[in-house]
Amino acid sequence: MLAESLALSAALFAIGVVGVLTRRNAMIVFMCVELMLNAVNLSFVALSRLYGATGQVFVIFVMTVAAAEAAVGLAIVIAIFRHKQTVDLQNINLLRG
Amino acid sequence: MMNAQIPETGHPLADTVARFVWLLPLLPLLGFVVNGALALSAAAKIGPDDPSAGQDHHNAHDHAAGHDDHGHGHDDHHPARHKYAGIVSLVGPGVLLAAFGLAVAMFLAMRGVKMEEPFVLQLFRWMPVGDLKINAAFQLDQLSMVMVLIITGVGTLIHIFSVGYMQDDPGYPRYFAYLNLFVFFMLLLVLGANYPLMFVGWEGVGLCSYLLIGFWFSEEANANAGKKAFIVNRIGDFGFLVAMFLLFANVGTLDYAGMAEAAQKLPMGGTVITAICLFFFVGCTGKSAQIPLYVWLPDAMAGPTPVSALIHAATMVTAGVYLIARSSILFSMAPVASLTVALVGGLTALFAATIGLKQWDIKKVLAYSTVSQLGYMFVGVGVGAYTAGVFHLMTHAFFKALLFLGSGSVIFAMHRAYHATHNHDDAQDMRNMGGLKKFMPVTWALMWIATLAIAGIPPFAGFFSKDEILGTVFARANAGPLSTATLLGVPGHVVLLIVYVIGLASALLTAIYMTRMMIYTFHGPNRTGDAERAHLAEAPWIMTGPLVVLGVLSAFGGWLNLPELLPIGPIGTLEHWLEPVVGVATARMAGSGEHVAANTEWVLIGVAVAIAVIGMSVAFARLKPAALVQKSASPASEGFAKVLEHKYYVDELYDDAIVQPVKGISTTVLWKGVDAGIIDGLFVNGSAAVTRAMGWMGSQLQSGQVGTYAWVLVIGVLALLGAFTSSR
Repeated sequence: MLAESLALSAALFAIGVVGVLTRRNAMIVFMCVELMLNAVNLSFVALSRLYGATGQVFVIFVMTVAAAEAAVGLAIVIAIFRHKQTVDLQNINLLRG
Repeated sequence: MMNAQIPETGHPLADTVARFVWLLPLLPLLGFVVNGALALSAAAKIGPDDPSAGQDHHNAHDHAAGHDDHGHGHDDHHPARHKYAGIVSLVGPGVLLAAFGLAVAMFLAMRGVKMEEPFVLQLFRWMPVGDLKINAAFQLDQLSMVMVLIITGVGTLIHIFSVGYMQDDPGYPRYFAYLNLFVFFMLLLVLGANYPLMFVGWEGVGLCSYLLIGFWFSEEANANAGKKAFIVNRIGDFGFLVAMFLLFANVGTLDYAGMAEAAQKLPMGGTVITAICLFFFVGCTGKSAQIPLYVWLPDAMAGPTPVSALIHAATMVTAGVYLIARSSILFSMAPVASLTVALVGGLTALFAATIGLKQWDIKKVLAYSTVSQLGYMFVGVGVGAYTAGVFHLMTHAFFKALLFLGSGSVIFAMHRAYHATHNHDDAQDMRNMGGLKKFMPVTWALMWIATLAIAGIPPFAGFFSKDEILGTVFARANAGPLSTATLLGVPGHVVLLIVYVIGLASALLTAIYMTRMMIYTFHGPNRTGDAERAHLAEAPWIMTGPLVVLGVLSAFGGWLNLPELLPIGPIGTLEHWLEPVVGVATARMAGSGEHVAANTEWVLIGVAVAIAVIGMSVAFARLKPAALVQKSASPASEGFAKVLEHKYYVDELYDDAIVQPVKGISTTVLWKGVDAGIIDGLFVNGSAAVTRAMGWMGSQLQSGQVGTYAWVLVIGVLALLGAFTSSR
């Protein structure tokens, strides 16, 4: 059961990574990041069967951080959209050196 | 200073007035502080101290040529005295007088006790660094006592003279501040109990010399003369420093006390001791204006005339002679160095005397005469006649201060006459003088005394000191370590005989050029001008008073050290007095040689006097003051006279051989090449360029594309994971 759970977690993480790397839409990239976070959560929960409740406690933390990150991240995305009328990441390079 | 402690409580001087020796330099320092504060506060109230505002009165004294652009004298205003002139006139000479009184009291105390060891007063530890222990300490012994008496005594007279000479100068407090500061450093120089403390004084007097040469600094020539003196002296100071380093490295002490025993470590006449002495002598050539570094002294005449008398004739320039007398124990161990000192001194004496023959500026004649007489002093200390050298130093201080102050009073009168008639001629050129005897009889008589003294006519002071030096040179050529040593392959006795002949030749020239100066200045018809003649008059008493005192000293100063042959008073007073300080070294230099026979000595004296008389007669017979015309109408001189008038073109030679190449190298190599090219171009701007280039390259990685960053991140994570997993 553990192996399947970890495999699912790895698959979800990989999907998230590929999504982050390949998509241009900021919203989708954002969702892929969430997917990666939750993939990690899944592995935490699965492993807590072996190592005790620490993993489950940690999942609560990760979800809290993810919620906060979602709030800030979405606010930034909305601000960028208002400014540039697009959320295509290729058009956003304010950090260029 | 108050917690001064006396380690040698057993010293006979410890309970006398000598324990206040620290007060000697402190008094002039106090005068400097007061006068300096007055100068500054006056400047603060009436605006910047601009000497050009009122220098019309005095600048023409010393650089009158080409002065028309200053427009002075067109109005009849007479510069008002400085508002603090009263208090400055009291403080400036007052502190000197107090110091002189204290010095006399100490002298009397020293005469009252029998002292073999010098009295050393420790003030505080100055530089305790490892083995190097240098204390701020004053040493009062017979030699420093003589120097202190000369400095404060002649200094007081010159300060008093300055009250009259500088009375209308707008920089009056500044002048006395510098002069007081000079005396402070000079006393530090002679009272310091070790070489580093002497060096502090040595540098300090150099600074004051610079400040006073360039006293009227708004005239560029004066400022340049000051700079020249300062820079040339730095070259000599380098030698002094190296000598101190060598001394410490090889002997291990820099204190005079114990130097004799400590120096025994070194082999007699060895390379090290010779090098130490020669480097000390390099310092002397700078400070005491000997070949090859004498060139600054004639230019130093740009300063006020009393400064020339005090610093550039009587005291500072004799510091080198004092240094050698003080280091006599070292020099007596290095015959080669001593021979060099004597030879350079002799050559300088002759060289400067020939230049003095053809100078027209009255102060320039005296300047070259000073260089020449300093040469005599070095001949004296070079051949180990340390007493004679110091004796000549003393008599020279008397008669040369008198000559300079007398010339100052002449220039003062000349300038006053020119000022009254709005004439812009050169107040220092002898061609514009002539016949001044009628107008300034006191100055005339006193300057003749000084001239007879310097020419070596008995019984005036210079005769005794000069004769003693020449006699010792002759004696050393016959016996003693110097005659057996060799200098650059030439046997010592030959060198000394050459020096003796040079000395005689210089004595002849001295008599000629001094008589020439007197004839052209005071005798013959007056060439000042018809309108000006009515305004020529003797200087006020505050100026002639010091001259009279110096005249008495110049006339009778010889009695301080009479030779055995002339028992007209106490014999060899100064010699007995200095015996504890220089006796050992003098004995070593004399070797086992017998005294020159009395008959020979009579012949030597006869020759010296005959030469002086011949010189003066030649001058009287050959020089025709009636044929002279004013400077502006004089034709340029021809042939060898022209070479002499241009001082053998030594300044031009130094300029071409040293100054211009140094400037050229400095400009092309050091400035344009090293500084602008390597330091600025390669290091400063180069490092900036490298940083900028690397920054540009780094900035190219920052595309701003989040996707790219994510790719890099993932690849990095994968690489790390791969690295960790594969190494397992």
